[in-house]
Amino acid sequence: MSLGRKIILSAAVVLAMLPTLLAFALPVKIEGASAPQASSSALKKRTSTADHSKFKELQQNFKTGPEVTQACLLCHNEAAKQVQHTKHWTWESKDPKTGQVRGKKNIINNYCTSVLSNEKDCMACHAGYGWKDSTFDFSVEKNVDCLVCHDNTGTYRKLPGDAGHPVYQRREFPPKSGKFVEAVDLKQVAQSIGIPSRTNCGACHFFGGGANGAKHGDMDSSLQHPGKYLDVHMNEKGLNFSCTQCHATSSHEVSGSRYNTSAAVTGPAHIRGKADASPAACQSCHGDKPHSQKNARLNQHTDKLACQTCHIPEYARNDIGTELSWDWSKATVMGPDGKRMVRKDSAGRRAFDSQKGEWKWESHVIPEYRWFNGTSTYKVVGDKIDPSQTVQLNVVGGSPNDSESRIWPTKVHRGKQPYDVVNNYLTVQHTGGEDETALWHNYDWQKAIGTGMKAANLPYSGKFDFVKTELTWPITHMVAPKEDSLTCEQCHSKNGRLKDIQGIYMPARDGKHWLDVIGWSLALLTLIGVLVHGAIRIYSSKKEV
Amino acid sequence: MTAEKIYVFKRFERFWHWSQALLIISMLITGFEVHGSYALIGFEDAVSYHTVFAWSLVTLWIFAIFWHFTTGEWKQYIPTTDKVVAMVKFYSVGIFKGEAHPYRPTKLKKHNPLQRIAYLGVLLFIGPLLWMTGWFYLFYSDWAVWGVSGFLSLEWVAFFHTVGAFMMLLFLIAHLYLTTTGHTPTAHIKAMITGWEEVD
Repeated sequence: MSLGRKIILSAAVVLAMLPTLLAFALPVKIEGASAPQASSSALKKRTSTADHSKFKELQQNFKTGPEVTQACLLCHNEAAKQVQHTKHWTWESKDPKTGQVRGKKNIINNYCTSVLSNEKDCMACHAGYGWKDSTFDFSVEKNVDCLVCHDNTGTYRKLPGDAGHPVYQRREFPPKSGKFVEAVDLKQVAQSIGIPSRTNCGACHFFGGGANGAKHGDMDSSLQHPGKYLDVHMNEKGLNFSCTQCHATSSHEVSGSRYNTSAAVTGPAHIRGKADASPAACQSCHGDKPHSQKNARLNQHTDKLACQTCHIPEYARNDIGTELSWDWSKATVMGPDGKRMVRKDSAGRRAFDSQKGEWKWESHVIPEYRWFNGTSTYKVVGDKIDPSQTVQLNVVGGSPNDSESRIWPTKVHRGKQPYDVVNNYLTVQHTGGEDETALWHNYDWQKAIGTGMKAANLPYSGKFDFVKTELTWPITHMVAPKEDSLTCEQCHSKNGRLKDIQGIYMPARDGKHWLDVIGWSLALLTLIGVLVHGAIRIYSSKKEV
Repeated sequence: MTAEKIYVFKRFERFWHWSQALLIISMLITGFEVHGSYALIGFEDAVSYHTVFAWSLVTLWIFAIFWHFTTGEWKQYIPTTDKVVAMVKFYSVGIFKGEAHPYRPTKLKKHNPLQRIAYLGVLLFIGPLLWMTGWFYLFYSDWAVWGVSGFLSLEWVAFFHTVGAFMMLLFLIAHLYLTTTGHTPTAHIKAMITGWEEVD
């Protein structure tokens, strides 16, 4: 073969290869993850091997919740002990890394603040009966509330003021509202128990903070019957997941926690027989390389991004919305007639209440992004604060240099809360109740704080003021269909979603500005140079002619 | 003026030149979009195209390198100081006076001394700079496996890739203009298309 032929052959091969290569250049749209598909009909089928209505232990007219529990424990004799080890019972959570003891019992949140001195109200969401003050005995098994999680009738209700007991007698609620809550038929409920449904979990977790959707932003009553747009996994016409599908539970220990989140799960999807934990994380089913080979580049993002960052483009994606701020300093402001004043916003959500202050709500909220390693450190009752700055009620741990951290979407809830100006800690206030020191009854901050601080065993100087506060929670529910996930440009641009995230170089966002200035200036100068050179050539050639 | 024609650019060479030109211009356009200089076709598509063009150029270069060594054409880029001063004088003075080009290309020496230096710079410096940095940029997620994550940072890899891109852009502007400096404005361009250069 002559040299010339060789060259022609080489050229032909390159020519032949170019179109093939260009074919890959066709814009690649984000393709779906290859998650295991579950059959929704299989989930709906009754799986229990026992019909509880046939047990004679349950065929009695129960008067109280504890009576039902005693009946349950006749067979399920380890159940109460198991529950008593969980956060649903203790309202306490110890950080395995820092040793800090947190949990609803100890922290101050940005909503109703502290449970101390308000147990009668707050414990409507305790998986137990009778926690009305600090004397509650956590070892009494019959006080474990089985029904709140296992009732399948949807009629079991617990109201504020009853310290966790269900409604035993028909009662007007809210008081003077003209609406009545029926007494729970404990016999029927006890005979109709089963695996916790969305209704059970949602009874508390959808309504945290005192209103539908108020607290979480990624959980509200719309998850009762969600469509695909709202939640691709819980979609009623699709996968129809219950909460426990992801929050895999063993010995009543529900996986998944905001205090210690599985923030950076690595490795392939979990399979049967694998002797490791099954965290409530996307990766448990999807693995850490969930995108198809066509979108391999997306898999390269999983060492820096949580799945949620792209796949939950907004939270509170409905008209229920979520609360973004609670300003307690506006509480005790009365109406013109000196009486309690209540105002709603245009979407019918609470906006002001003389008892509680002022709220701001939003729907379709763009998250704020943070490095997060799964550990949140909280302000607990009595922790010192610096009132000259916004008080971070929790700090999400994490840094760009840590392989355990990922960029997470968060809801930041902002507010104003009272603090002791001499002792420099947030105060505990007695809000709920009908007694004369309760804020919601008497509208007197001094008395409310006095009672609250006594319950917290903390000195109170007698002087209080309000300080700005922030609470930062990772967002993980309401996962959108893949079509609605973030596009590349939403982060890879100068003013994109991640514009405030430090510690990583992001193409299109970052770069040395001075290099661009020098580079483009030189390009412009070169262009001017050749144009001038050319102009002189044309001019001088004309002169010659 | 009698023009003599010599065959300076062989078929593969012309194919190489024009496909490389197309790829480089496309990569400049898509590359500066990835860099964030403007929004044209969208970041996602810009990345996809830029990557495909890069692989195409890699393929083309493998053939080009092979061609240069099997044909001995690589010798065309050996730098020389011969006539450099004359060339500089011509471009800065003589060209405006209609003086004749001081360099007469032949089959064996088709590039003038300034071209030799410029093209050698592109082939041995700007090109490799872009290749090396582009390679690390593309395989960023494999750094840990390669054991280089300790001493490389994406920030600086991207920086030097951008430096290379600006240098390529400057070369392109100057190169495009200098193609018009033959004995007629289109003489060089015609030669690059047909292979035949007219010389005085």
